[in-house]
Amino acid sequence: MKSSVITFPGSNCDRDMDVALKKFGFKNKMVWHDDNELPKSDLVVLPGGFSYGDYLRCGSMASKSKIMHSVINFAKSGGLVVGICNGFQILVETGLLPGVLLRNKYLEFICKNVFIKVGHKENPFFKNLEKNIFEFHIAHNEGNFFCTKDQLKEIEDNKQIAIYYCDKEGHIDEQFNPNGSIKNIAGILNKEKNVLGMMPHPERMIDQSLSGEDGSLFFKNLINNIK
Amino acid sequence: MKISAIITLKKDVLDPQGKVIHQTLDGMGFKDINEVRQGKYFEIDVEENDPKKAKGIVEDMCKKLLANLVIENYKIIETQ
Repeated sequence: MKSSVITFPGSNCDRDMDVALKKFGFKNKMVWHDDNELPKSDLVVLPGGFSYGDYLRCGSMASKSKIMHSVINFAKSGGLVVGICNGFQILVETGLLPGVLLRNKYLEFICKNVFIKVGHKENPFFKNLEKNIFEFHIAHNEGNFFCTKDQLKEIEDNKQIAIYYCDKEGHIDEQFNPNGSIKNIAGILNKEKNVLGMMPHPERMIDQSLSGEDGSLFFKNLINNIK
Repeated sequence: MKISAIITLKKDVLDPQGKVIHQTLDGMGFKDINEVRQGKYFEIDVEENDPKKAKGIVEDMCKKLLANLVIENYKIIETQ
């Protein structure tokens, strides 16, 4: 299975993602933002970081970069695209995903482990996962998901809410919401379910001796779903 | 000619920075504030000298990059 990780100026989780994808069997290529052509890929990943220094709005500049034309075409033709953290911000700025990511409610940069609960499994990213609750890492300043009431109804009706912030037992409640996101939303899908954006970093949870293994479950499942 | 664009958050969008600024101003003794909303201001010098056309160009910029219309409004002003 072939994957591509896009590196923007200011990306800083691109190499972690490369390590994670290779560990679980992807043949990964790093792709520079200024390239025109996307290599043949089964999966495209927009990594975390601070593309263009978060100028104007997080992800807004990166969403207009050259390679994004190919990424948007790839997504529109059904290709699988995942955006993690800044990658999620880039995806909402392209319009591939609805809503926006605002500044965290309490104006703090949040860097900690959180529990997330899978909202829906009828998509290529989460189907066949045995577990419903995962411990992932978050590190962001703008992760406060916001959308209009109409958009919220639409994403709920279409089963587009991929993951929610919750506690260890999976209770979804405001007290376990780290950043003020509407409905504790930590990640969403597009209507067609081939584009996923999420604030938590599964690539930081692939080694028991460093952090945890919940990210490993995500990547192992993902490659099996794509095969 | 110079055209300005002011980007503001829509009414229903939470503005935590505006809130903190409000609180700080209040603490400094500015007690008569109802609300503070923080926005962005751009001054763009374009080649076009026809005001209508120049504003049109900047409006296009607002729609495509400067503002995110899900959460922000824009207002265009001719400055020179």
